[in-house]
Amino acid sequence: MKSAVVLLPGLNRDRDMIAALTKISGKAPVTVWETDTEIPDVDLIVIPGGFSYGDYLRCGAIAARMPVMRAVAEKAAKGVQVMGVCNGFQILLETGLLPGALMRNQSLKFVCREVKLRVETANTSFTRQYQPGQVIRTPVAHHDGNYFADPDTLARLEGEGQVVFRYAEGTNPNGSINDIAGIVSAKGNVLGLMPHPENLIEDAHGGSDGRALFVGALGLPDTQPAHA
Amino acid sequence: MIKARITVTLKNGVLDPQGKAIEHALTAMEFGGVGSVRQGKVFDVELAESDRAKAEADLKAMCDKLLANTVIENYQVEIA
Repeated sequence: MKSAVVLLPGLNRDRDMIAALTKISGKAPVTVWETDTEIPDVDLIVIPGGFSYGDYLRCGAIAARMPVMRAVAEKAAKGVQVMGVCNGFQILLETGLLPGALMRNQSLKFVCREVKLRVETANTSFTRQYQPGQVIRTPVAHHDGNYFADPDTLARLEGEGQVVFRYAEGTNPNGSINDIAGIVSAKGNVLGLMPHPENLIEDAHGGSDGRALFVGALGLPDTQPAHA
Repeated sequence: MIKARITVTLKNGVLDPQGKAIEHALTAMEFGGVGSVRQGKVFDVELAESDRAKAEADLKAMCDKLLANTVIENYQVEIA
């Protein structure tokens, strides 16, 4: 299975993401730049975290208007899996590929720590290697992760099972509405999440709870089950 | 040349943690009676355009497409 990583000026988690995809799939992802208008045929496109365009205007706002995001939107419309992590999630929201907005953390503080996530559904390609209700560990590192959506959108997300990850056990680090940490599009092929699964994929990271997300999205056989 | 000022503010009901922090700071500075503070953004835009109606339509499109996130923000366009 092939993957691509979108590179934008100001992202800083791209190396971690490329390392995770390479280690887990055995193949380095192709990289595409903000000015690229076409993305090669891949099964998964990842927009990593960071501070694209210095978070100017709003987090992800400038990146979302770059040519590469039109190419990402075209691929998403064709059913290709797209995953945005942290700033990547913000960019997907600003692009309109996912509904809602991410606002400044309620505490106004940058949070960099580990949280617990409850996997709300195993009914997506991204989460099929998890059990529904399973609680996993992941790091977060962000200043603007406070998810917001209007009541109608929120009801639709909750009703259609589009809330995929929720902060569990009182670990909501940002005031996010309904403890939302990650959502998928109506068709299920676009995932946005604030936490960093790419930073918990092997024992050297202190755990590998994030690995199953990549194994699922890349359609790999689960050769190396996560350690408990 | 048309000069315009665009004001972007958070919609009612959208929590504004930064506005709240400023409100608390003002109260801590002993400015009495600060009921509420909401933070927003101002953009001063100069347009090489003489048709006011066209300028206004362009400025609104700029707001809808980039300057405001209409999920959480309202905007107001004032042409000088």
